[in-house]
Amino acid sequence: MTLTRWQRPELWGLSPVRRVATLRDDLDNLFNLAFGRLGESPADTDRGDQLLEGWFPAVDMYEDKDTLLVKAELPGMRKENIDISLHDGFLTLSGERKQEQKHEATGTYRAERWLGRFHRSISLPCQVEADKIKATYTDGVLTVTLPKAEEAKPKQIPITVK
Amino acid sequence: MNAVVQQEDKSVRPQPVDAAREFVTPQVNIVENPDGYVLEAELPGVNKEGLEISQEDNVLTIVGRRQPGPAASLLYRESRTGDFRRVFELDPSIDSAKIAARIEQGILTLSLPKAEKVKPRKIAVS
Repeated sequence: MTLTRWQRPELWGLSPVRRVATLRDDLDNLFNLAFGRLGESPADTDRGDQLLEGWFPAVDMYEDKDTLLVKAELPGMRKENIDISLHDGFLTLSGERKQEQKHEATGTYRAERWLGRFHRSISLPCQVEADKIKATYTDGVLTVTLPKAEEAKPKQIPITVK
Repeated sequence: MNAVVQQEDKSVRPQPVDAAREFVTPQVNIVENPDGYVLEAELPGVNKEGLEISQEDNVLTIVGRRQPGPAASLLYRESRTGDFRRVFELDPSIDSAKIAARIEQGILTLSLPKAEKVKPRKIAVS
């Protein structure tokens, strides 16, 4: 059983750098609102975050009685370029997004999309059955379904009255 | 027109984002080729049914609605909630009747062809 310190859900799993970056993003937006620099979209500031830390796809985790569900936003990937592994209670997602066909461009106006490698390791809150993990990739979202190990499932303990 | 847009000589210009942050701004790449422009937007979790592209005069709006999340209880979240939305001003050279869109694994690809009359062409001398 892995013990994980409880934190506010929206902050848990974010690196300290990311937390600062998120805060900065919020502040930038506030300033943009206040001073009317509306032409700059939040995406411009996101770009700065990426330069700081590389490609950092968002990961969400859900849980029900029998399973853990991990979702990662990985738009525009190929299935072959995503790696999923489980080691020591950590689920690791990694991969690479390569430059797709370059439509013989004569000019680039925006290049906000991130290319290259990513690597995320997520601490799982309980034991899972490693050989029953399933993963699907739909609409640019990777969903990993991890059935909980028998000993990690909640159990009802019957009480007998004598 | 605000100052930032004036500075940029861009033919497919991102427009101001909404004041309230109820929408997520998708990241885009925009390139030009001899036939027109190609816009790619990242809309993870959006399928064909959730996509709404509209055009009024020279303003193009992309809205991407995501499927509701799983019924299971949320342990933590890094993704932003809310639908995607971004607005672009189109260059007059774009033939709006010929704009084509396709979405594949969360990437929307919009092709924005230039009108025939603005494409460079050779005039034969007789």
